[in-house]
This record gives sequence, C-alpha cells and structure tokens, in this order.
Amino acid sequence: MSDLARMRELSNAVGIVGVDESDEIGTLPGKSQLTLHVEAITNAARDAGIKVSEIDGVFTAGQHSPATIGEAIGVVPRYVDGTTVGGCSFIIMVGHAMVALYHGLCDVAVVCHGESGRSGVGVSPRRDTALPGQFEFPYGFGGAPTYFGLITTRHMHEYGTTLEQWAQVAVSTRKWAALNPKARNREPLTVKDVLDSRPVVWPFNILNICLVTDAGGAVILTRADRAKDCAKKPVYVRGAGEGSEHVMLTQMRNLTFSEATQRSGAKAFAMAGVKSTDFDHIMLYDAFTSGPPLMLEALGLAKRGEGVHFFAEGRSTPGGKLPINTNGGGLSYTHSGMYGIFPIIEATRQLRGECGARQVPNARMSLVNGMGGMLSAAGTLVLSNEGSR
Amino acid sequence: MDLERPLPTPITPECRPYWEGAREGKLMITKCRACGKPFMYPRVSCPFCASRDIGWVQASGRGRLFSFEIAHQILNKAFKVKTPVVLAMVELEEGPRLLSNLVGIAPDPKQIRCDMPVEVCFEKLTDEISLPMFRPVGGAR
Repeated sequence: MSDLARMRELSNAVGIVGVDESDEIGTLPGKSQLTLHVEAITNAARDAGIKVSEIDGVFTAGQHSPATIGEAIGVVPRYVDGTTVGGCSFIIMVGHAMVALYHGLCDVAVVCHGESGRSGVGVSPRRDTALPGQFEFPYGFGGAPTYFGLITTRHMHEYGTTLEQWAQVAVSTRKWAALNPKARNREPLTVKDVLDSRPVVWPFNILNICLVTDAGGAVILTRADRAKDCAKKPVYVRGAGEGSEHVMLTQMRNLTFSEATQRSGAKAFAMAGVKSTDFDHIMLYDAFTSGPPLMLEALGLAKRGEGVHFFAEGRSTPGGKLPINTNGGGLSYTHSGMYGIFPIIEATRQLRGECGARQVPNARMSLVNGMGGMLSAAGTLVLSNEGSR
Repeated sequence: MDLERPLPTPITPECRPYWEGAREGKLMITKCRACGKPFMYPRVSCPFCASRDIGWVQASGRGRLFSFEIAHQILNKAFKVKTPVVLAMVELEEGPRLLSNLVGIAPDPKQIRCDMPVEVCFEKLTDEISLPMFRPVGGAR
C-alpha cells in the first residue's frame, strides 16, 4: 500500500465535535493559565454534548504538559501528546489526534490551549537560550517582530512587495473583526492608519503586529461514527499536514519561502484529495501582516510574491470571493502567544454556520494553516462539513 | 561595569572558539572536514552530511547584507544602545548567515539596501568578549 493510500484512509475518519474559547478572552489578570485551559475544555465539552470525564486523549502545547491538564480536569488519559513547536502546535495536534483516534488509541481527544500572554499570570520564561543568547540577544534581537521583519524586508527586496500591501492585510482582517463581538479591536481601519501607526521594527508598525492577550481555547474530536451522535453536526478532518524546518532564522533555507509550510500543505491536500483552489474559507495564522501572504505562496494558492493580492477589497473581505481570517485574526480578535487553536475554532464555527454577521454563505470546505516560530514549523488542516468516505 | 548590550551567554563549549577568535579580531566559522562545507552556528555534527569531523576556519569577514530591520524599540532591557538600531542578517561569502548589527550607516531604509556588500568589524565589550558587527564596504556615506 502506498503512503498516499495509507494517508487517504485517515481522511474524514474523525470529526471535530466541540469547540470554544475560555469564558472570556482579552485582558484577564484574574485568571491563571490553567484556568484558561480548564474553562475552554469544559466549554468545548458542553458544545459537543460530551462529558469531560469521557476525554481520554489530551493534546496540549506550551507551558503545561498534557499530564497537568489531565490532572486538572480529573481524567487519567490513555493518550498524551505535548508536541511544542510554536503556535501552530494545536493545528498539528489535530492531525496527531486523528491518527490516535483512528487506531483506537483514544476515543475522545481534546486539543487545548491556555495562555496568559498579556497578564503573565503563572508564566515562567524558562527555556534553553544558549544559541540566541550567544548569537542574537547581544545585537538586540528578541521578540518575534525582530525576526519576522527580516523575512519581510527580504520579500520586499525580491518581489517588490510594499508597506501598503502589508497594511491591506490588517485592513481586511479588521473588517471581519468588526463583525465578531468577541474581537478586541473592532473600529474601522485604513491603510493610512497602519502606515501612520507607531513604528516598532521597520518594516513593521504596531498595527502590522498581532495583539497580545490572555485566552484559552479547546477543540474536541472523536471518530466519525461517534461524531454523528454528538450535539452538533461534526466538522470532518479531511486532511492534515505538518512540517518543521528551523528555529534559528539564519538556518531557514529560503528566507522568503517556507518549506515547512509547503510540506505541510502538500501533505494535507494530498490526504484530503483536494486542490489549493477548492476552498471557500481560509484561516491563516497572522502574527504579522506579512505572514498570511507568505503562507498563501508556500501553500501554492498564490505565485511567489503575489500572496498580497488575495487581500484586496472584494476578495478576502466580508462579501468577498475568498474570505480570509473571518474571526478578525491575531491582528484584531485575539492572540495569546500561541494562537493556533483559534483558527480551528473559527473554521469549525463557519462550517457549522454559527457565525452570524460574519458567516460565510454556504461555507463547505475550510483551509486552516498556522506557523510556529518564524515560519519555522507549520500545520495545515482541510476541514469539511461533508463527511463522505 | 555598565554595558550597553547583553554579553553573549552562556558561552557553550562548542562555540568557544568563535568567541576566542572574535577577541583576537578574527571571524571564525565551523567547517566540515568530510564534505568541505562551512556552516554556522557551531555544532558537533555537519548539518549537510552528518559527519562528526568538524574543524574551524577563519572567514574572510566579507559578505552581503541579506536582510535588515530598523528597531525603534528593543524588548530586552539589557540592551541599552540608543535606538533606532539596524538589525541585520548577513550572508558571509563562505555561505553561512549570521545575525548582527549594521553600523556605520544611517538607520534609514532609503539608504540601506539588501545585498549591499558588508564587512566585519568588532566591538570590544569586555577584555574577554568582542562582538562581530558589520559595516558597509567602503565605510559610511
């Protein structure tokens, strides 16, 4: 049996049956990271019509191990996964959960996130900094904008992309945020507003950079046979992919093209049996305005240098042909640090038709793609509300 | 002693020759003796062929500015150099890329361009540590 045939067996084998955020998202100095996790898990379980005690697979990334989460919710999981490769880890974990569920290694999987990114309640900075400590920090590097700007400047040099085009990404995303009651920043935004906002690290002003918030989120999955009996119509995982290329930005082979994303997308599309043009809704991890265009290029939806064209008025915006980042994104809705759980939640809600003013009419197939670090790792999902196998 | 920058820390054993070289004004890089390819950061096996036979060579110190940013604020409180500061990725003519600062030119995106030729210079921080930096070839303008 070929690799492709084996992968295709996984397509639509599992469904997302519950999704939700923590009780609140935003600035929450009164809530610990663990509380954000637990709120999101209990809310997502309620959304699924599944008891928390039925969860037997725990998937989480960041500062909590899955053991901590199992303990906190009072279950003894028989499958745990703590793959931590940056903000896309939760997207990758949907794929991992798919494999575990398909093979009967667990029956109800939760992928969960809780991060006090803004208030720092319970945050510990401990990590191995031997390499950046020697080769990056003495020069003033540190914090994501000081790295992603290098990718962006080089892209401008190679393809002639402009500050105005990056700003258009923020403007498009804000139009969606205006329609999402949970979004943090909802007031109208213009290209000029972005260009006139406070400079942080050229080529980025503050409005090119994501929010910093406190938030939790959770996604519950089960096998397709059981998913049919949950509270809501399931959203099927039609394809899943992942990749990782580098951590240190000096090690990225092509600074303007993410091989991790290319690999992740190709795998997800092959598993799903879809083409890059088959989607009617797209969620892309937007820590910076230049991120989504570069992802579209690496995923093969846009030619190199042309991802920015997707963010023109009437294309990615409300009412447009290919809506992108319909929750308002990390740029305007929420971004706790590891944002990857939230695009999965939004895609699920869109495919269920739950999104009210921002609902994409007749959304049937959604693309979710996230990055970890500086396009260092990637996770891709093809989600669909039609589960034929 | 009041330093303007965080010292490179911790200096790991496999990177020590880099910092010993910098103290002497030499830019040292690791090179695989099996496949002949230079690489950075230093590590005990070659990222191209996985050989464990790794040595050190002195780089020419010349390269091109692969990419850059103008930092108007720095998150690291130990970094006290007056902003704006030019954060740089340099590609050495031997191939490896380094992060550094570009000095000797105004921090102005209209004056700085990707691929401009640059050369190494060293800023002495302490008796033990000198930091490799880069400046445009031909000096400031």
